[in-house]
Amino acid sequence: MDYLVQQLINGISIGSIYALIALGYTMVYGIIKLINFAHGDVFMVGAFVGYYCTMAGMNIFLSLVLAMVVCALLGTLIERLAYRPLRNASRIVILITAIGVSFLLENLGIFTVGPQAKGVPDMINKESIHLFGDAYVDSLQLIVLGVTVLLMILLQYVVHRTKIGKAMRAVSYDMEAARLMGINVNTTITATFAIGSALAAAGGVIWAAMYASVDPLMGIIPGLKAFIAAVLGGIGIIPGAMVGGLVLGIVETGVMAVPGGSLWRDGAAFVILILILIFKPTGLFGKNIREKV
Amino acid sequence: MLNKRFFLYALLSLVVYGVIQGMIFGEVLDDTYVDTLVLIGINIILAVSLNLINGFTGQFSIGHAGFMSVGAYVSAIFTVNLEMNFVLGLLAGCVAAALAGLVIGLPTLRLKGDYLAIATLGFGEIIRIVWLNTDYVGGASGLNGIEKITDWTWTFFLVFATIVIIQNIVNSTHGRALVAIRENEIAAEAMGINTTKYKVIAFVVGAFFAGLAGALHAHYFYIIQPQSFGFIKSFEILVFVVLGGLGSTGGVVLGAILLTVIFTALQEYPDLRMIIYSLILILTMIFRPRGLLGNWSVKKALKKKGGDSHGNTTSA
Repeated sequence: MDYLVQQLINGISIGSIYALIALGYTMVYGIIKLINFAHGDVFMVGAFVGYYCTMAGMNIFLSLVLAMVVCALLGTLIERLAYRPLRNASRIVILITAIGVSFLLENLGIFTVGPQAKGVPDMINKESIHLFGDAYVDSLQLIVLGVTVLLMILLQYVVHRTKIGKAMRAVSYDMEAARLMGINVNTTITATFAIGSALAAAGGVIWAAMYASVDPLMGIIPGLKAFIAAVLGGIGIIPGAMVGGLVLGIVETGVMAVPGGSLWRDGAAFVILILILIFKPTGLFGKNIREKV
Repeated sequence: MLNKRFFLYALLSLVVYGVIQGMIFGEVLDDTYVDTLVLIGINIILAVSLNLINGFTGQFSIGHAGFMSVGAYVSAIFTVNLEMNFVLGLLAGCVAAALAGLVIGLPTLRLKGDYLAIATLGFGEIIRIVWLNTDYVGGASGLNGIEKITDWTWTFFLVFATIVIIQNIVNSTHGRALVAIRENEIAAEAMGINTTKYKVIAFVVGAFFAGLAGALHAHYFYIIQPQSFGFIKSFEILVFVVLGGLGSTGGVVLGAILLTVIFTALQEYPDLRMIIYSLILILTMIFRPRGLLGNWSVKKALKKKGGDSHGNTTSA
């Protein structure tokens, strides 16, 4: 029982990072139907900004904010340079471009900071808080959860209560109609990229704090997993990404807890992906939409 | 098939083969050049086979390295662990890869566009993780001690066979069905094409030849490791196809040759190499979304002068 609770806590803390990254995927997909492969690498850049800020002596919250700002700008830049010229191109063309951007960020990373992993100093003093029996939660896990919940509430507020959020929902519902209603579609899409990238950056800084290591290729696997989380919850649906991330995190920790299971950790995520795609491709929260000819 | 043009091309290829073989015998070309030539050959097989799935049938698959690894591992198991001869190993590798294509294709080809891409990516990764966790084939350290059998002659004739077979499929009635599925799946179905059947056929044939490339690869580089068949490899194959032009066999052959030569030339700057690689990919998509020779064989561009420049033909 204690062991189970402990695993659940670990699962939720890793799951909340997946959820943060998944939100960016889902928002971008919801609005321009693009799987932004470069999203995992924006997460990587966020983690690096967090690393350099910590090295410069800033505390975790300041690093978090700074990383979010930098990545919001980066996301905007990527959208402006790579995706906007292709607004009317076929989806496969944009998808390949996204793969290219992802490669570019990874290799620019290797080129500028080198391929070796860098150790991140402790961002906060880790204290274990005793829950009951053998179950512990450390202060970092509490911060992770706190930051995630806070950001998600903030996101809900932005999407449902502000003007730009309303514009986002309108563009995602019907881009042409939104344009006719006088919504500036390009600005709205840029804002979506900025918000999504900022969330990924937050995930990156938290990841760097938890695993104490950053490297230029660190974004690939968490990026793919977050994408799986987004698909699991129903891509394009914001609450779906949150639930999907948490479920994926918990399942993964569960697989790792089984003896000999740690090698299959990445495999488990992909098996979930395949199963969900085959049996319910619209995800847990998705609705079936009839294809019109 | 057996028309004048075919014999002309065959003759031309034989001349190219003869000249290069002569140069290898005369030691004009040293081992580095032979390495590059074999690598080009393997990449052409991969690109042409992926083009059948992505370019002609319009099914966006990005797990091609997975099938390549099946071919590599199974052929190596046959020649190393079971001590059988190379031809048998080659065949076993191809058949195993084709079977993997069938098993993966049947459930996933019901999906479309992005979802199919991600599912194939997932399967490609699962195949890699399976090799990684199988001690029989060496796990993470890989399978080594594979005899070097692949040479310029093997590579050349297998590349030739691959191109001839795939070109013939594409130009047959079946090929028309594949292109119809690419252009509009619902319309194709309404015209009485069994879309699932044809999609699976394209997938299985593509996987078969990816397996062939894998088997050649395994018997040239002495060692195979799971990490050389990751999804970066799949993307690499995709770049050959996309740069050359989706749906143009001549284009993807050109793409494979061009990129392999560029990367071999930049071998001393591995970091820069990957940056150039990704820039080529992005710039091609923005300025020439149909690739260098996209739709070249279809000759649509001639009929529709100036038409749309967005490569909409490949949208799923």
